[in-house]
Amino acid sequence: MKIAKLLATAAMVLGMATAAIAQDKTKVGFVYVGPVGDGGWTYEHDKARQAVVAKFGDKVETVFVESVPEGPDAERVMTQMALEGADLIFTTSFGYMDPTINVAAKFPKVKFEHATGYKRADNVSTYSARFYEGRAVQGHIAGKMTKSNIIGYIGSYPIPEVIQGINSAYIHAKKVNPNVQFKIVWAFTWFDPAKEADAAKVLIEQGADVILQHTDSTAPQAAAKAAGNVITFGQASDMSEYAPLPRVSSIIDNWAPYYIARVQAVMDGSWTSTDTWDGIGPGMVGIGEISDAVPADVKAEALAMADALAKGTYHPFTGPLNKQDGSVWLKAGEKADDGTLLGLNFYVEGIEGEIPK
Amino acid sequence: MEMLINIAAFMFVAATPLTLAAIGETVVERAGVLNLGVEGMMIMGAIVGFMVAVNSGSPVLGLVMAAAGGMGLSLIFAFVTQVALANQVASGLALTLFGLGLSALLGQGYQGVKPPAFPQGDIPLLADIPVLGPILFQQDPVVYLAIALTVAVFVFLRFSRAGLVLRAVGENHDAAHALGYKVVRIRIAAIAFGGACAGLGGAYISLIRVPQWTEGMTAGIGWIALALVVFGAWRPLLVGLGACIFGGIEAVQLNLQAAGVAIPVSLLAMSPYLITILVLVIMSAVRTGAPASLGRPFHASS
Repeated sequence: MKIAKLLATAAMVLGMATAAIAQDKTKVGFVYVGPVGDGGWTYEHDKARQAVVAKFGDKVETVFVESVPEGPDAERVMTQMALEGADLIFTTSFGYMDPTINVAAKFPKVKFEHATGYKRADNVSTYSARFYEGRAVQGHIAGKMTKSNIIGYIGSYPIPEVIQGINSAYIHAKKVNPNVQFKIVWAFTWFDPAKEADAAKVLIEQGADVILQHTDSTAPQAAAKAAGNVITFGQASDMSEYAPLPRVSSIIDNWAPYYIARVQAVMDGSWTSTDTWDGIGPGMVGIGEISDAVPADVKAEALAMADALAKGTYHPFTGPLNKQDGSVWLKAGEKADDGTLLGLNFYVEGIEGEIPK
Repeated sequence: MEMLINIAAFMFVAATPLTLAAIGETVVERAGVLNLGVEGMMIMGAIVGFMVAVNSGSPVLGLVMAAAGGMGLSLIFAFVTQVALANQVASGLALTLFGLGLSALLGQGYQGVKPPAFPQGDIPLLADIPVLGPILFQQDPVVYLAIALTVAVFVFLRFSRAGLVLRAVGENHDAAHALGYKVVRIRIAAIAFGGACAGLGGAYISLIRVPQWTEGMTAGIGWIALALVVFGAWRPLLVGLGACIFGGIEAVQLNLQAAGVAIPVSLLAMSPYLITILVLVIMSAVRTGAPASLGRPFHASS
């Protein structure tokens, strides 16, 4: 598998090399963790890339390499892009963090944008979306709609971004349904449809009638649809092809405005290293249409919550909240600060199980 | 108890695509050909089977055409390596890249489409046996097919004359040629069989296990199948057993996690690979079971 990906990426990089380009264009590279047709995470990043092309037309040239494994191989792909004359490179997965920093150090004139990480440099910005805001809305709907009181959650890797989502969904499900229980399965992959579907099936077999996923493909949606009487939420992309059931709503990542702004900044020469973390308010996180399978009152509550999150009048992590071990995390009325959230490595009180190390 | 039954039943589902692809590759390698294009042939089977099943409404026809799709791709490999005598390793890798790309192209517009449901293959009477029934006799028909195929290939290689000839070609193609056997033809037939099996395995994923089409959805299963052939020391029953172990590990770790049992997930997730390395080390220390002519080009005039 590694060899295949290595060769695949090598072949693609070679392909890029042959596409000679005029130098006055701004060249933008994208490194993707899955295929552009995954229907989720990478699909949305590529949609944003297309938006960049649509916006700037001839003034920009984009290249992308898909299914790049997280790790040393990613470094090679980025290096190749930089050598090909890329002015700006978006690296779109958490596991590209160290490779991005390493390559950026070798190419001080090339600008890098790393998604969902926390390491920055003079030529490395980070950006992410506050997915946990969307998770709060999902948790509310899930808590209201579950009949078995068991909610299945497919995690990818135990990193802060994913743990934020689990905690946020749990807090808001618990709030409307004190009997709710979360069953969490870690897939240890972002993209492996067979495994994602298997995880969903196992959770359904063990009584879950709501499946939340933090992996990139639509496979859990298909598994839920085949099982029947299970609801799901689109992840990263709307996944509306599974609406109105099992998919009752979704979190949509909308990277396009950010990508356009950053490419513009490079063109203007005004690019600086920044840290962006936007939520529903600025539109980086969208709540996909809540389908008619959701009762009208629940839908209204969910929309009201999304509205409050957008306005900033409500924060999903507002105390009183305890950590899993019962110790106090946030006192009544206290809100979690971004630093804690970005390094979040514990469950809140009530979630069973341990976070894998 | 119920969970154990679930795990055991699940093991077969996870093992089936691996078994199909690995058994096909076992035959190919026993004939002395190393085809690294399993992943590419699987994904071709996955998309061709999916397209045919969706358009015709018949999942069975989908499976048949998936086998044909995998076979079609393998025949390209057969031509390149057996007729044009190209390097098998490079050709196999190229086949995987080609299969991944072509399937992505063919699959445009099939995202989010639901394939027709596959009929459940409960075996009457036997399915009602407690414990064994749900594990062995309430599976889909392809699971039975995979088991039957494993046994059939075992019998073929071990007891049939044709199987003996195929093995002879794999062990020493010059000697087989001297005896008058058509080395190239036999190898092409073996490659085609391997392609058909890989195609079936891929379609199992897109039509039954997931069921949907997503680009790159085999996500490395073909590579595990290749490792399994070595793991099983080129013996069909051992290869089948290996597939069950690999499938079983996945079934166990997902079920235990969902049940809230604290297990070292990352360790379990990498255990199939660790086991493979271990087996390779042991085998190289004892004696290699690899067919002697594996991967070597054959040219009749030499």
